[in-house]
Amino acid sequence: MIYLRLFLEFFHTGLFSVGGGYATLPFLYNMADRTGWFTAAQIADMLAVSESTPGPIGVNMATYAGYSTAGIGGALAATLGLVLPSMIVILIVAAFLQRFRQSRWVDAAFYGLRPASSGLICAAALPVIGECFLRPAAWRSGGPAELFEWKAVALAAVLAVLTNIGPTKRLHPVWFLLASAAVGIGLSFAGV
Amino acid sequence: MKELAEIFWTFVRVGALTLGGGYAMLPLLQREIVEKHGWATGEELMDWFAIGQCTPGVIAVNSATFAGRKVRGIPGAIAATLGMIAPSLIIIIMIAAVLQNFAELPAVQNAFAGVRVCVCVMIVNAIVKLLKKAVVDVPALCIYLAVFAAGALTPLPPTCFVVLAAIAGIVVRAVRRPA
Repeated sequence: MIYLRLFLEFFHTGLFSVGGGYATLPFLYNMADRTGWFTAAQIADMLAVSESTPGPIGVNMATYAGYSTAGIGGALAATLGLVLPSMIVILIVAAFLQRFRQSRWVDAAFYGLRPASSGLICAAALPVIGECFLRPAAWRSGGPAELFEWKAVALAAVLAVLTNIGPTKRLHPVWFLLASAAVGIGLSFAGV
Repeated sequence: MKELAEIFWTFVRVGALTLGGGYAMLPLLQREIVEKHGWATGEELMDWFAIGQCTPGVIAVNSATFAGRKVRGIPGAIAATLGMIAPSLIIIIMIAAVLQNFAELPAVQNAFAGVRVCVCVMIVNAIVKLLKKAVVDVPALCIYLAVFAAGALTPLPPTCFVVLAAIAGIVVRAVRRPA
């Protein structure tokens, strides 16, 4: 029963990912490994689409993953699974809002959760970044200079500067994504 | 019923008009919930956002649940959340359906190869921002490094690290500030 499995997988993701859209990434990679529903490269594509379309990124990712796995029913199952824990947790928290905000226990737990969430995203990002910039196969056959995907490295360097320094850093990510798509087509990044 | 429909459509607008989620939603929520409908004060909205960031799940859905609940209890929370996710469902299903048909085209493959580079940069930028907020002292840095290493080197599911890190946070605080 694919719909039930999607619902449960995304329910689990929604319950344990703390800190918004990007926090779902480690869970998606883990899901890709275990279920084979999608690949690591597809997760990067999903993230790109989610960033450049309206709506919360986490919800967009769940819809995309659910749809590519099992069509419209899958999209519904994954998305409802992702948001249900949010609703349940917030309804409980809202009932005890005052006590929740002042609780030393909650505060201490989140003191540990925040760096852990960053650590998990870093660990999940490593293989994506590796796949984007490194070519281990070419390195073995052609020497160390072949290891890097130089076009990708150059584009990343330019983007890193533009997204962090100067007036361009206030631009919405969608513009950088569109520009990168254009560069990808212009310089045939996929080699096809 | 009329009020539930109004909650639903308010959040359809918020969901449909914000690109990117998270903080991008704040100005729109401010306009719709605080200024237009008077469902909450600006401070309440900030509180909801702060709590939404440090509770599990999608931040936007967390804020929607808070707002809907305040206006009309649990049915209101459900109406707000469904409104928030409806535009995503429709838009993403359409895009995914189109992409599936064109995924084989060289132009589409090249475009996504370029876009993936941009996604890497965005992930790194997001991580840097998170780190500034999360790594506030040496024990927090240790938790970060431990989870990073364990997450990269072991196949354990992320859930164990989340649970262990919450426990570690409580232990560190208890040791530092004995009650």
